[in-house]
Amino acid sequence: MLRIPLKSGKWFFAITFSAAGTVIMEYCAPVTLAEVCAALGAASGTVKVFAGGTDLLPRFVAGVNPPALLIDIKHVPETREIRRLAEGGFVIGSACSGGQISAHTELVRSWPGLTEAMDLIGSVQIQSRATLGGNLCNASPAADSVPALIASRARCRIAGSDGERELPVEDIIVSPGRTCLRQDEFIVSFFLPARNPRSADAYLRMTPRTEMDIAIASAAVNLTVDEQGVVNECHVVLGAVGPVPVYALPAARILLGSRLDEEVRQRFRRQISALCRPISDKRGSAEYRTDVTAVLADRAAMTAYNRALL
Amino acid sequence: MTISIHASVNGEPCQFQCGTTDTLLKVLRENLQLTGTKQGCGTGDCGACSVIMNGELVCACLVLAVECGQADIRTVEGLSSAGQLHSLQQAFLDNAALQCGICTPGLLMASKALLDKHPQPDETQIRYWIAGNLCRCTGYDKIVRAIMGCVS
Ligand SMILES: Cc1cc2nc3c(=O)[nH]c(=O)nc-3n(C[C@H](O)[C@H](O)[C@H](O)COP(=O)(O)OP(=O)(O)OC[C@H]3O[C@@H](n4cnc5c(N)ncnc54)[C@H](O)[C@@H]3O)c2cc1C
Ligand code: FES
Ligand code: FES
Repeated sequence: MLRIPLKSGKWFFAITFSAAGTVIMEYCAPVTLAEVCAALGAASGTVKVFAGGTDLLPRFVAGVNPPALLIDIKHVPETREIRRLAEGGFVIGSACSGGQISAHTELVRSWPGLTEAMDLIGSVQIQSRATLGGNLCNASPAADSVPALIASRARCRIAGSDGERELPVEDIIVSPGRTCLRQDEFIVSFFLPARNPRSADAYLRMTPRTEMDIAIASAAVNLTVDEQGVVNECHVVLGAVGPVPVYALPAARILLGSRLDEEVRQRFRRQISALCRPISDKRGSAEYRTDVTAVLADRAAMTAYNRALL
Repeated sequence: MTISIHASVNGEPCQFQCGTTDTLLKVLRENLQLTGTKQGCGTGDCGACSVIMNGELVCACLVLAVECGQADIRTVEGLSSAGQLHSLQQAFLDNAALQCGICTPGLLMASKALLDKHPQPDETQIRYWIAGNLCRCTGYDKIVRAIMGCVS
């Protein structure tokens, strides 16, 4: 095996060849947005953006061929910052790790649901590496942060070789494992809107084990209440019960104008179950997932509601 | 020709050669002969390969060696000093917190990272913290007791 080191400017660039002289994988770690975009635009073969690697690297071990080019984006400052804007919103870099997000007390206070969803991913070891952008772009139906990100009404800043665009998070995942991003595009950061007073979110998932397991069903609720404790804005998103996260608009409408009384919650639970389209597999039957999602959404709604009243 | 990476391993400057697809785990075990760090699953599930990189606990099997330029890496080999076991190592021995021992280096590094960040964890915090380190032999109780014995 022949390997050639190269350094271009400040960025680190390396390449590994097979004995036959073909490229196994190039790796580069650009330090500016423009360099990432240039690298993405110039790539001719398969290219993968690399953040924490917790989804990509296990796949190499499983025998999936590495891409011709791996672009490590986490040295670009815009992908690593968490910043509160003057108007109250937040910018979270796509390559912020779970550990970095949990440590940001202001963010955790404003967005307890989104941050607890991110914190559920894997172990301490995984939290050191797994990123918010990676969790979204891996496009798993069971990804924990995604329902909470959608419920938060977050928007993505996307950069590509011919400029930038912005999309709401729910437009990104198109099917299991696939996003709408072009090969020359990546997500730079997420923008979370400013919070009204008396707003809060919550996320709950069901896993057969308490730790180190993937959700068989999950629910995120983000809501706002008025001075009388009546819900006046509400977003409900369900995970792992369809090929892509389910934005449960008809269910959220049931909570609007209510104080989450028992009769309202009963109708809410029935509507949630009606919106589930889960698969049956060895980790849970479709019937069980449908039932448990209603319970999760109901409890997440109560948690978000009680947090919003605080 | 190989890629040359300069890092710090257990406080000593260190240079190693690697390919772009090599993991930190492979480099530690095969290039640097630091075989204390174990390979279990190779996919982030078992924690046998746990090391501390730039102050954070990571699975060495989920870090590419090419990412380690300038990194500060701590492995189980760096725990003892001047022939003296680290207090966690001694506590694992005193509590019989190992049987086959394959999980032990990873659990020691995970425990060290815990006590570095939270010097006074309670039992629940310890159990959640080590959830990413699998042990097939001990049933965890003795491991938890050993760590609790080191809480200042
Ligand atoms: C032991 C273990 C336990 C896990 N537990 C959970 C869990 O409980 N819940 C859960 O949801 N997930 C879990 N995961 C999966 C994984 O850790 C998460 O999905 C993680 O957030 C992925 O982030 P990453 O930065 O490591 O992704 P990477 O592996 O770096 O990338 C993942 C994918 O996203 C793409 N990508 C990354 N960043 C960007 C970007 N900014 N723009 C465009 N594309 C991008 C990559 O090209 C790749 O296709 C687990 C993984 C392991 C190994
Ligand atoms: S070998 Fe790295 S986690 Fe199992
Ligand atoms: S002592 Fe054997 S796996 Fe832990």
